[in-house]
Amino acid sequence: MASARGLKRVFRTFVVEPLKIIAGSKAGLAGFIGLLLYISMAVFGPYIVPLDTRPKPEKRYLPPSWEHPLGTDFEGKDIFSQIINGARDVLFVAFMAGTLTVLIATLLGSIAGFKGGLWDSIIMAVDEVLLTIPQFPLLSVLAALVRLNNFTLAAIIGVLSWPALARAIRSQVLSLKERDFIEAARALDLGTRHIVTVEILPNLMPYIVVSWILSMTGAIYSQVGLVFLGFVPFTSHNWGVMINMAWTWGAIYYKTSVWYILSPILAITGFQLSAILFARSLENVFNPRLRG
Amino acid sequence: MSKVLELRDVSVAFAVGRTLFSSGRMAKAVDRVNLELGEGRTLALVGESGCGKTTTGKVAAGLIKPTEGLVLFYGKDVWKIKREEFNEYRKSVQIIHQDPYSSLNPMLTIYRTLSAPLFRHKLVSSKEEAVDMVSKLLETVGLVPPEEFISKYPHQLSGGQRQRVVIARAISLNPKAIVADEPVSMIDVSLRLQILHLMKDLQRKMGVAYLFITHDLATGRYFARDGYTAVMYLGTIVELGPTNSVILEPLHPYTRALLSAIPEADPEKTRMKKVMELRSLDVPSLLNIPSGCKFHPRCPFFIEGKCDKQPPERYYVGKDRWVACYLYE
Amino acid sequence: MAIAAQREPVIVVRNLSVEYLTPRGVVKAVRNVNLEVFKGETLFIVGESGSGKSTLGFALLNLVPQPGYVKEGEVVYRVDGKEVNLMKLPPDEQRKFRWKHASMVFQAALNSLNPVLRVWDQLYDTIKAHDRNVSREEAYEKVRNLLSLVRLDADRVLRAYPHQLSGGMRQRVMIAMALLLDPHIVILDEPTTALDLLTQKNIIEVLKNIKSKLHTTMIFITHDLSLAAELADRVAVMYAGRIVELGDVYEIFYRPKHPYTYALMKTVPKLTSVDEELYPIPGSPPDMVNMPPGCKFHPRCPYSADVCKQVEPLDEWVASGHLVACHLWKELKLEVRAP
Repeated sequence: MASARGLKRVFRTFVVEPLKIIAGSKAGLAGFIGLLLYISMAVFGPYIVPLDTRPKPEKRYLPPSWEHPLGTDFEGKDIFSQIINGARDVLFVAFMAGTLTVLIATLLGSIAGFKGGLWDSIIMAVDEVLLTIPQFPLLSVLAALVRLNNFTLAAIIGVLSWPALARAIRSQVLSLKERDFIEAARALDLGTRHIVTVEILPNLMPYIVVSWILSMTGAIYSQVGLVFLGFVPFTSHNWGVMINMAWTWGAIYYKTSVWYILSPILAITGFQLSAILFARSLENVFNPRLRG
Repeated sequence: MSKVLELRDVSVAFAVGRTLFSSGRMAKAVDRVNLELGEGRTLALVGESGCGKTTTGKVAAGLIKPTEGLVLFYGKDVWKIKREEFNEYRKSVQIIHQDPYSSLNPMLTIYRTLSAPLFRHKLVSSKEEAVDMVSKLLETVGLVPPEEFISKYPHQLSGGQRQRVVIARAISLNPKAIVADEPVSMIDVSLRLQILHLMKDLQRKMGVAYLFITHDLATGRYFARDGYTAVMYLGTIVELGPTNSVILEPLHPYTRALLSAIPEADPEKTRMKKVMELRSLDVPSLLNIPSGCKFHPRCPFFIEGKCDKQPPERYYVGKDRWVACYLYE
Repeated sequence: MAIAAQREPVIVVRNLSVEYLTPRGVVKAVRNVNLEVFKGETLFIVGESGSGKSTLGFALLNLVPQPGYVKEGEVVYRVDGKEVNLMKLPPDEQRKFRWKHASMVFQAALNSLNPVLRVWDQLYDTIKAHDRNVSREEAYEKVRNLLSLVRLDADRVLRAYPHQLSGGMRQRVMIAMALLLDPHIVILDEPTTALDLLTQKNIIEVLKNIKSKLHTTMIFITHDLSLAAELADRVAVMYAGRIVELGDVYEIFYRPKHPYTYALMKTVPKLTSVDEELYPIPGSPPDMVNMPPGCKFHPRCPYSADVCKQVEPLDEWVASGHLVACHLWKELKLEVRAP
């Protein structure tokens, strides 16, 4: 049947082919598997490894062991379960913020680049103003004013991160506009909708996808930074909070307790690394030239 | 025989030196150009890089609106007609670019690139029909067997093959005229003639007219040997006439200087050529165009008081030849 | 007739092979090239893209860029009566040898002018780098003379930055720079592409000037046959990494012996030969990673015989100074133009 065949084809082009390409590069595969692990951790983790909430002072700052793979914190609570449970919030905000950033930046950057003229001037003016405001202090101020939860935090980070990306997308669109094949498309009277969706957008995709992943990593930093500075009242198993607590409770001074601060840092770094490696191999997926 | 395209006193000006504080000056990339292209005929537009020939080509194809003058398609002013008629004109005048590496969308397969205009203009209504027509197009431009090329991406084809795809795309809507901007400059010498012969073949079969733009006078002369040649300098057409007579008996001092300066692939001929001495070695740019006749600072036949004051009109000297020089007033 | 250069070789290339390591495989860019360059002559190495001409040019100065490497063979210079195998010298000796004995003018695209230095500074620095004892006045004299040789106004050019000069002027500065240390040999890689036509003529006049005044040996690398017709004493035609024909410029253009040379002459439009019939060359250049067996031109050659498909032809002498790599040249009576 036609629809079954069509479905198979879509599956092949959007799932199987890309997976094959990603598997082709070791770095990309490692990144992809890493991300899968983190996502599973976020989605399923809390069910498998429930959060240890009862303080047990006698178990304070225990080193890693079978029972507590990453040791215990200053209250005797298991660190490993905190990491697993903390993934959800952190990744959720990162995903939301990154997606929001990319959507806004692509929309505004494309309009500015493609339409030019007044649209371009207005969007770029707003863009410049936002770029000149120091991001972190602004973030901090907003965080203090707005009632914070995952959604609002993601929204704030997303809205403040789009200017730089929008500028880059605008440049890409501007240079694409001048390419000969766009001019040929105009000569063939293929229409604006076709030109933007079929000719320009696919050429932007590699850039957009990679930027999306990098936006997510940027969002994590913003998030963790805010939390570390204590601006955001969050649950104790949030990785940023863990770093904050570890810092304030002096975990870095003891050999046995250093795991309390190391674990969240490693968790964050692991995610960033997986994301970046994956992003690089994604470039190959979207660019037929790199596929060979 | 009707005129497919006519450019009358067409100028394209752009602002130079525009800053926040000044509106800058206007420089003319194309300055009162007159030319016409008959059905199924060939006109070579030759000149050095930066002389405005590419811009002229884009004006002819309707991709740039001239700041002055008229662009006529079968006698109708294209910038005054209705949207539908304008689109018809746009489709009837196609363009071939010189760089086969940037004239095809690297993200689309050959099939998608060639079928897009077919679907858009309802020449086909199903995938089967599209594959059929695209295959026929590929065969017409010598890419056989078509199955081998149809699902490939541009980077998998050689420069010559890509250029053939570009030509296939240009003829897919059955145009009346094709503006070919340096179509073989980036192609290896041993392969150029194949492409040129293909273009000529299509001209015979489909009756399409060519505006052949190039800085390589030898190639231009060959391709337009049954047609006309126009020589351009700093935005102005200085000479226009049947190709062989323009090349063998150049009239305008610039054409003569050019022909005496270009080396030819024939050692005896080229070493015996006497080079015309120019008054100045400075190469003017569009930013400081000389007054009066643009060639006057370098022209050995310069007449003081005349050539530097007013630019000459184009004068008819018989046998279908026009020259923009006071010597032929 | 072409000016007979003194038949004393200044460069001897023996069995040179250069390869590039690419993801697709090994590209044999230059294969078993044997060549002698004579003192004071103007030799043109012509070929299309992929023929190996640029690689050969770089190899002459042992400047083959990564991922290329010299597989075998040698390039021997004969200077001041001594033989110097450039590739065997230690790196800083090589650098000193280069520019002093043999220099290179690169394509305009690979502009070797430093954009943040004035022209005078660059020229002066180059002189000082090779000879600390040269005084400023001496250097200035030298530079002035060279600039007038390339028809540039010294006062105007020396003070300028590269971007303030036109393409043609920059190219002439590069030529002057290549001549700063009075090299015996200058290699020029596509010296006139990307220049407007009247400026090209200028550069050609400059090069002729240099040839007659300085008697420098000049090696040109280009795909432009008309440039060769204008300036060459001898022409070497390259195809798929080998020199398929080498000879006097008039012989190459009017009485070529190799089918590829002949086909080239019959496919290039000449400006004023309005009645000449031209013939396209079928097929396309070989894939440099997977080349066909035998003679690399055979798939496109109208005369190819069985032996051509199996055995690669060796160099054969046609007459004194004329070399061909073709099995059938004796049988073919190719002529572009009657004497």
